[in-house]
Amino acid sequence: MSTETATPTLTKKDFQTDQEVRWCPGCGDYAILSAVQQVFPELGIPRERFVVVSGIGCSSRLPYYMNTFGFHSIHGRAPAVATGLKLARPDLEVWIATGDGDAMSIGGNHLIHVLRRNVGVKILMFNNRIYGLTKGQYSPTSELGKKTKSTPLGSVDYPFNPLSLALGAGATFVARSVDIFQQHLRDVLRQAAQHKGTAFVEIYQNCNIFNDKAFSYMTEKETKDDNVLYMEHGKPLVFGKAKDRGIRMRGTEMEVIQLGTGLTADDCLVWDSKLDNPATAFLAAQLLPPQFPTALGVFRNVEVPSYEERVVDQMRHETERLGVGTLDDLLKAGDTWTVGGVAS
Amino acid sequence: MSTSVAEKEKRAISLEKLDEVVIRFAGDSGDGMQLTGTQFTNTSALFGNDLSTLPDFPAEIRAPAGTLPGVSAFQVRIADYDIHTPGDAPDVLVAMNPAALKKELKDLKPNGVIIVDTDEFNQRNFAKANITSNPLEDHSLDSYRVFPVALTTMTRRTLEGSGLDTKSMDRCKNMFSLGMCYWLFSRPLDNTISFLGKQFAKKPHLAEANVKVLKAGWNYCDITEVFHDRYEVPAADLEPGLYRNITGNVSLALGLIAASRRSGLSLFLGAYPITPASDVLHELSKYKNYGVTTFQAEDEIAAVCAAIGASFGGALGVTCSSGPGIALKTEAMNLAVMTELPLIVCDIQRGGPSTGLPTKTEQADLFQVMFGRNSDSPMPILAPSSPKDCFDTALEAVRIATKYMTPVTLLSDGYIANGSEPWKLPQAEDLPDLRVTFRTEAAGFLPYQRDPETLARPWAIPGTPGLEHRIGGLEKEDVTGNISYDPMNHDHMVRLRAEKVARIAADIPPIEVHGDESGELLVLGWGSTAGAITGAVNSARRRGLPVSRAHLRYLNPFAANLGEVLSRFRKVLVPEMNLGQLAFLLRGHYLKDVISYSKVQGQPFTRQEIFDKILEIMEPNQNVH
Repeated sequence: MSTETATPTLTKKDFQTDQEVRWCPGCGDYAILSAVQQVFPELGIPRERFVVVSGIGCSSRLPYYMNTFGFHSIHGRAPAVATGLKLARPDLEVWIATGDGDAMSIGGNHLIHVLRRNVGVKILMFNNRIYGLTKGQYSPTSELGKKTKSTPLGSVDYPFNPLSLALGAGATFVARSVDIFQQHLRDVLRQAAQHKGTAFVEIYQNCNIFNDKAFSYMTEKETKDDNVLYMEHGKPLVFGKAKDRGIRMRGTEMEVIQLGTGLTADDCLVWDSKLDNPATAFLAAQLLPPQFPTALGVFRNVEVPSYEERVVDQMRHETERLGVGTLDDLLKAGDTWTVGGVAS
Repeated sequence: MSTSVAEKEKRAISLEKLDEVVIRFAGDSGDGMQLTGTQFTNTSALFGNDLSTLPDFPAEIRAPAGTLPGVSAFQVRIADYDIHTPGDAPDVLVAMNPAALKKELKDLKPNGVIIVDTDEFNQRNFAKANITSNPLEDHSLDSYRVFPVALTTMTRRTLEGSGLDTKSMDRCKNMFSLGMCYWLFSRPLDNTISFLGKQFAKKPHLAEANVKVLKAGWNYCDITEVFHDRYEVPAADLEPGLYRNITGNVSLALGLIAASRRSGLSLFLGAYPITPASDVLHELSKYKNYGVTTFQAEDEIAAVCAAIGASFGGALGVTCSSGPGIALKTEAMNLAVMTELPLIVCDIQRGGPSTGLPTKTEQADLFQVMFGRNSDSPMPILAPSSPKDCFDTALEAVRIATKYMTPVTLLSDGYIANGSEPWKLPQAEDLPDLRVTFRTEAAGFLPYQRDPETLARPWAIPGTPGLEHRIGGLEKEDVTGNISYDPMNHDHMVRLRAEKVARIAADIPPIEVHGDESGELLVLGWGSTAGAITGAVNSARRRGLPVSRAHLRYLNPFAANLGEVLSRFRKVLVPEMNLGQLAFLLRGHYLKDVISYSKVQGQPFTRQEIFDKILEIMEPNQNVH
């Protein structure tokens, strides 16, 4: 259904709509929207082939601000809508905007299944660790003890680690970035765009109204270098303002090492996002403050056939084997008999 | 029971012609009764009978062997004339064990034929079926013609030396009973022999064993005096043409594929397994070379959402389920109402509420699909009236969904989904032209600008340059489709959505009255009650009663002339397999105090039940029974 035309040169402006953006002033969603609008035109894909699908929540308003095809669906169901769309139209670039409530709570089932099937869609999960649109209840990623409107004495729920969940579901591309780390975020989005199966990107996003400064420990100038670990494929895991600390394996666990005192970057784990076994990526996903820096970057990036490729392959093989079905063949299949000697 | 050759030669077996016969095969879930019944059906279809079937099986895959809950039955009625139902009461009951006899005997006609496997009639099985005395000896069957046969013993004897173990041998005993029935009703064996060859293509020794037992059952009747009479039901005088026997679920699947072909849209089914709808998923998954995509989703919600996503992409999105699954889909169905995308929602109704009676039939989801969504949410509803009608109804549902850009519910039920009847195949070129045009013109495109006649909005699919737009569940501003919370706009849009569905009434056939155009009593039904109502009204008319009938395919909106038709009859009887849901709608729409006649036993109406009700209304002073 795609038409082969010369791809026009698009700019960020081509992906902006005339709709007034209605997020709260200072919301991290603005930064994410901006990054997406900058990356899309770089991909060399005609604008009409992009579809942004979302569920419900603040994050899920994103399609209205993207001048592409868009579908603002119902709470938690964006992966299901997107799966049907991608199966019907493998030629489209299908992106999902979702949040921690939408994807991890009401839509948890669809999320794990889209990941296990490896449908060729990109999932941007805005994680602000709170329900914003419903005005401040704790979410499945809120930390234990979190005091919110619905947990006045503190949450007694253990939170999900979204990346661990995605890896456990068999996700083939798993990454994390932060709303205001624009360059890093764009780089992660570009890599996600190149991935042909499901790409799951967790984006830490600050809700300045209901959960302000949730990620300040890693975004404030004074503390961020010591609390952020940028992981790059093929490079040693080194962090800290002075690049004086690193991560290495000890047995089946990761540990922080101090570099300089006889230990160098060569002693650190060299990050490999292409490993078939997701175990190391899972360990990296478990690096959490205060003991560890928070890891950002691409945790896993392995290529296996996408779901829609397998579906299309089966259809092609069956059509080669049986020929394109005709209505006549369809109707006259099975045991038939003639009444009244009519030739048919 | 032995007969000498001399005696056999003297014996004259009479061949009696019957215009119809009803046979019920009943046994344990593991006895293969559905297969036995289906084979008898297919052979009779190929012979040229008109027929109708009623499978009746438990929800449990294998309830404990020999118990009452484990009984599985298959009823088939064959006739030399046009019939509408699988028959009220069987003439012949094949009971493979005491539980089957106990459970099914109540329906058998007086003087009916009972074939039993005497090997199964022992104390152990009596205990399992809660039977205190042997029915073959206690004279409780005196008013029937009982043919006790040691089916198991003879099956094992037939397969002596075959190398099969006893368990495998016993699996063949249904073929012995089928062979007997083929002899009794003068049916050839070749169709089943060829079926067995295909079925066991990879296990030829099992094909051989089954064929051997089938023939043994036939020969047993041929050389012993077990039956004194033999019957024949001549071919029916059906309209000339090419026929096949079809169940409602297969017919529905084929109708959807045909609609896909005639519309030029790829068919996408999103489904989650559920009784009695799964066969639609099974059937459609065979047609990949027709461009059919079947997606077995993680749940009912994902199934319908994927279908909506496919529709947004320009495919024919379909989802198929039963009541409990429809309950889960309702929020997404409303998304399709709001986004005004074509979507076919098939509800193969079963007994409820909750998990209810998964394998039994009911028509009680009408309110659910009519009203079971938040806010004013109009959705067209169509109901097929027989297995073969599922094909035509599917085509019609697709026509409405694509022409009006709306989700449509198709309400089938377990009775017609699993039941079968001969279907005269339509010519492919005679099927309706359902071609669809997508919006391609970018100039002046507005997502919610409507066709002035149908009020349909344009179908503008991704990939079309210049048509980039956003849709969703939030209220739309008229014409532009932008988000709008404006009070007057909302009021306007709610009315527009209602008006769009209401206008379909002008685009569907008027109600046709069979019998007198006006008068004392109209029997009005919908869906799968058509056969029983037709039979009952025909009987009443033969008795000279001025009774007419009409049947609804369209439950929302109703046909434009329905109110006027109702006004022409003094009384209207509405038989339904629910507590009066259509009757409620008719009263609400037309202020007509119809007479509701309810049956919610998980079983379809019999012709007799409706006939008796007609007599009760028409001849109130007569004692019917």
